[in-house]
Amino acid sequence: MAFDKMELRDIEVWDGNFAAAQALRQCQIDVVAAYPITPSTPIVEGYAKFLSDNYVEGEFVMVESEHAAMSGCIGAAAAGGRVATATSSQGFALMVETLYQASGMRLPIVLNVVNRALAAPLNVNGDHSDMYLGRDSGWIQFDAYSPQGAYDLNFIAFKVAEDHDVRLPAMVHQDGFMTSHTAQGVKTMTDDVAFNFVGEYKPMNDMLDFEHPVTHGVQTEEDWHFEHKARQHNDMMTKVMPKIQAAFDDFEKLTGRKYNIVERYDMDDADVAVICMGSSVETAREVATEMRAKGIKAGVVGLRVIRPFPFFEIQEALKGVKAIATLDRSAPGGAPGMMFNEMAGALFNEAERPLLSGYVYGLGGRDLTKKHLVDLYTELQANVDAGKVTTQLQQFIGVRGPKLAFL
Amino acid sequence: MANTGWDEFEIGAMLRTFDGKIDDIAGTLQEDRAYSQNSSFVASVADWRLKKPVFNKDFCIDCQFCWIYCPDISIISRDKKMIGIDMDHCKGCGICVEVCPTNPKSLLMFSEQADEEAELAQWPAKDEKEK
Repeated sequence: MAFDKMELRDIEVWDGNFAAAQALRQCQIDVVAAYPITPSTPIVEGYAKFLSDNYVEGEFVMVESEHAAMSGCIGAAAAGGRVATATSSQGFALMVETLYQASGMRLPIVLNVVNRALAAPLNVNGDHSDMYLGRDSGWIQFDAYSPQGAYDLNFIAFKVAEDHDVRLPAMVHQDGFMTSHTAQGVKTMTDDVAFNFVGEYKPMNDMLDFEHPVTHGVQTEEDWHFEHKARQHNDMMTKVMPKIQAAFDDFEKLTGRKYNIVERYDMDDADVAVICMGSSVETAREVATEMRAKGIKAGVVGLRVIRPFPFFEIQEALKGVKAIATLDRSAPGGAPGMMFNEMAGALFNEAERPLLSGYVYGLGGRDLTKKHLVDLYTELQANVDAGKVTTQLQQFIGVRGPKLAFL
Repeated sequence: MANTGWDEFEIGAMLRTFDGKIDDIAGTLQEDRAYSQNSSFVASVADWRLKKPVFNKDFCIDCQFCWIYCPDISIISRDKKMIGIDMDHCKGCGICVEVCPTNPKSLLMFSEQADEEAELAQWPAKDEKEK
């Protein structure tokens, strides 16, 4: 091999960004086309440094915008390379048009999204507005709660996305600053073990196969567009989850680290549960344990896979639960909130369904404190005791001023 | 192909130019290539054209100007001899006529409905004033 290997300690102290950059190095990405934006910049900077220090054999393409970054990734992926990049917030928003191109063209690009609020007002801190913006784009979406997850899920993302039965791009989400800039112990894999997990890239319909010329990104009108979108949706709905589960199983055998499509904490006998994503899952787990000491049977459900939405896994995880709270870290713009809506959709036809209430929290990096969650669990228990939702269906938590509640 | 269902095509908004494997495509004439049904070479866009060029080989000097300038690769030339126009892909832009250096021109534009034999029979004579 023409590049050097890096000696890693079994446990390194990395923040989420550096963990993701190390994963891109170990996957030996052929092309990274990137435009810097806080808080995701250190990921692509890290890859560029590894490249210039001869730890990767690849290309770094400096472009003039995030739209161009993803466009460059699309071209490189269509040409037949392993491709990744990273972005956040406004950059992600500028990328949206090309995200749909990538998924429609079935190119297995991995995009690290370090979640950050969307302006206005301008804000560099973490919330899930950008993640929510991408949820209909046809990408697989994984959510990391910690630097360890940001590292591990990159390998899993490549393995699933590049599978020839899947061929769909994947995002790996982590919370801006709370995960991306908070250093924690991260269990590593050696370069060889890590690369062997994802394996050599296997091209499919690549433009550099000169014996089989292809035209990528064709136009279809009312006579064909629907069939293409239907095929893409079918593959997302039927083919992806089994491959994710298989990748999680393989990864557990390799590293001992177990990931689940829906992460359940203390859910076996839970009466009340919080459903959330990102670093909030870890805070909620801590509070749930404390609530149990107070006699409230509290649990936490974390989405590890956001798209495809784990409809059946959610039904299974919430069996027997009496009241649930959905936590949306994005301003829903006149609706109850994505998490609330998805849970309602998954549970509505169930014979026994929990009382459902939604909470909007943490916008623009506002902390979700343990006190907020203690109050929330207490409210859920009050709902269970009353046999109905005792509050309005949508409440804002952690915002200054008179209490905000709707619906 | 027009009526196949959502599960009957290759994924990826992608079309193949040729059926099967190809090699030495540069050394193979267009008419001998295994173009697929998806290739634009197979599709006729003749109905996009309102005016058409007519080629009069009696005055042609095989300078290849029309072949070089045609934006749709619709001038057919073999061994540097102009032999005709690909009327399935010509859009009737008239550039070939503009660049034709002979007197009279070896290419002239006519309405799409014009009869080619009749127009050749009454081709304009050499223009003496252009000397």
